Amino acid sequence: MIKGSDKNNSPPQPSLDSTVAGKTETTVTYSHRKLIWRRFKKHKIGIAGGYVVIFLCLCFLFAEFLSPHNISTRYFHYTYLPPQGIHFFSPDGFQIRPFVYGIKSSLESQTGIKKHTEDATKKYPLHFFVRGDTYSFYGLFKSDLHLFGTGLGNPLFLMGTDRFGRDLFSRLLVGGRVSFTVGLLAVFISIALGSSLGVISGYYGGRIDNIIQRIIELIYAFPQIPILMALSALLPPEWPSYLTFMGIVTVLSFIGWGSLAREIRGKSLSIRDSDFILAARVSGAKDRRIIFNHLLPSMFSHIIVISTLAIPGFILAESTLSFLGLGIKAPMTSWGLLLSEAMNLHSLSLYPWLLAPGACIIIAVLAFNFLGDGLRDATAPFSDS
Amino acid sequence: MINYILRRILNMIPTLILISMFSFFIIQAPPGDMLTSKLAQWAEQGEMGSGGAVEQMEALRERYGLNDPVYVQYLRWIGNIIFHLDFGESFTYELDVIILLKDRLGLTLILTLTTLFFTWLIAIPIGIYSATRPYTFGDYSFTLLGFIGLATPSFLFALIIMFMQIVVFDTESVGGLLSPEFIGAPWSIEKFGDLLKHIWVPIIVIGAAGTATVMRIMRGNLMDTLNQQHIQTGRAKGLKERVVIYKYAVRIAINPLISRVGIEMPNLLSGTVVTGIVLGLPTAGPLFLTALISQDMHLAGAFLLLSATFLLIGNLMADIALAWLDPRIRYD
Repeated sequence: MIKGSDKNNSPPQPSLDSTVAGKTETTVTYSHRKLIWRRFKKHKIGIAGGYVVIFLCLCFLFAEFLSPHNISTRYFHYTYLPPQGIHFFSPDGFQIRPFVYGIKSSLESQTGIKKHTEDATKKYPLHFFVRGDTYSFYGLFKSDLHLFGTGLGNPLFLMGTDRFGRDLFSRLLVGGRVSFTVGLLAVFISIALGSSLGVISGYYGGRIDNIIQRIIELIYAFPQIPILMALSALLPPEWPSYLTFMGIVTVLSFIGWGSLAREIRGKSLSIRDSDFILAARVSGAKDRRIIFNHLLPSMFSHIIVISTLAIPGFILAESTLSFLGLGIKAPMTSWGLLLSEAMNLHSLSLYPWLLAPGACIIIAVLAFNFLGDGLRDATAPFSDS
Repeated sequence: MINYILRRILNMIPTLILISMFSFFIIQAPPGDMLTSKLAQWAEQGEMGSGGAVEQMEALRERYGLNDPVYVQYLRWIGNIIFHLDFGESFTYELDVIILLKDRLGLTLILTLTTLFFTWLIAIPIGIYSATRPYTFGDYSFTLLGFIGLATPSFLFALIIMFMQIVVFDTESVGGLLSPEFIGAPWSIEKFGDLLKHIWVPIIVIGAAGTATVMRIMRGNLMDTLNQQHIQTGRAKGLKERVVIYKYAVRIAINPLISRVGIEMPNLLSGTVVTGIVLGLPTAGPLFLTALISQDMHLAGAFLLLSATFLLIGNLMADIALAWLDPRIRYD
């Protein structure tokens, strides 16, 4: 085990210690990657976080299939409907097929607020693999198959509806996909930018390092949310929502790459003077080769850890921007944008289910944090000693 | 020491210049200039015949120097700020930016610093508690709370507290810093009491994430320190556990937290802006948001410039405090 940890800073390589293995036959040598995996598996919370992340990703990948309604369909009879309960028991007794009751709506004459009550005379049984709204699966094919539902046009609002009578559960799934994609894309761009500049900064040092560090300093001289707000306010309001989406990703990565570059710079500074880099240089390898074949591969696990830990920050920043009306635009939706409907005291007190996207944000961020912590502990040298 | 402070201040100047350039870039970035928006405004109000507008616009453009090259405009802008504290004019309010920002920025800074104080006041004892009783129920509870505090964006936390106030506690006046009847009233004990009734909400909301971070750092630092040999020696000599912890360990473990002030301050300021908007506080946050939405860029740029300057000064103070408190830091 210690042998493997010792080599932590070197790139994953086939077992060099055949001599050791030869002496005592019971010794098994593990590759660097396997060691990390073994250590990670012991980190229960990290594993749990990983499962949640995978589960959420799958949900968002098949968001349209899983959501009973189209996110833009407005059910005007059911505006601000509270979450519907799924029942197994009716006055007729227990039935194996779950169902939801119909909704009777009445307008309160004094306040003008719509009141919804369950209509026990109407029952809508819940079916799996039902036909519903048509959707296009990422432009590949069109389908109207949904995992569950009560049939086209029938009520099934697991988390209630918003002011237009749109199904919050469906919007939560599709909005989650946007929030996740923003986070993942932003982290991808930031890490590409941050690792190249960070490596250059740490490896070459001197003047280039100085300039890059000054730029990062400038970015972080401003408080983060206000500078993000200012930059996203510069995106032209007449842009369609997918361009705004790309714009938000760009703005987030423009601010986010700095901290990643700083960490990678520190790491490359420490690796730069290690023996295997020196060996490469003595053997006449060029800078390019050293950076791409030696320096970057040896930091690979580190880069994965810091990018995992950076995703929550991007998700939180996107939700804040969208919440303030400076982020994702309709007809797209995201968790932050969904929460902006709960911004006034009136909605908060009368329609508390609008806060549901907040729970999703917390769960997603926690999952990424736990996963990242687990990965970090697994890749940190000597963490199991 | 004085030498060190002077050099740190001199070092700030290039950063300040870059900050001002970036703020100016934000001001200039939207298409058109301040007069374009004004023209649109006038056209909406129908104040001007279309014939006279263009000529008058040209005259105004000349007067404001909008035909000059960008660097001349920048120098004029920054010159006015340095010599006359003139940040330009907000076209939506038709007032000097500084008049609009003065009170609100002051309140923003007071709120940020108060929260900073409370964050440290609460987080450090919790960190000490957790580090001296690691892997117990109390430690795990605080760790879990800390994780949740870090995972909750401040706007969501503000919404949740408002929701609790309305639904659970049935509070009469939610949000803001004062109940409606006290706004504009002269200061009295009742008004101060009312302020205290409101101000805890923003302080908790803004401070949550910071408290979680500081608490975790303090716990980690103190646990590392407690493993060191001089602590063992202290215990072996028969010192009381309290003395070992508070006189020897905590004093060492707390040092990195002083430089942490400089790192946490931008987050706190961000939190103050967002929380101000959600809770409707009379801070700079709501003003900044409306300025951005209406493209009132002089106002927005001034806020950015001032907050970045404030953060720089905060960083400087943290560095000086650290150099002063930690004799191991050399400042020559």
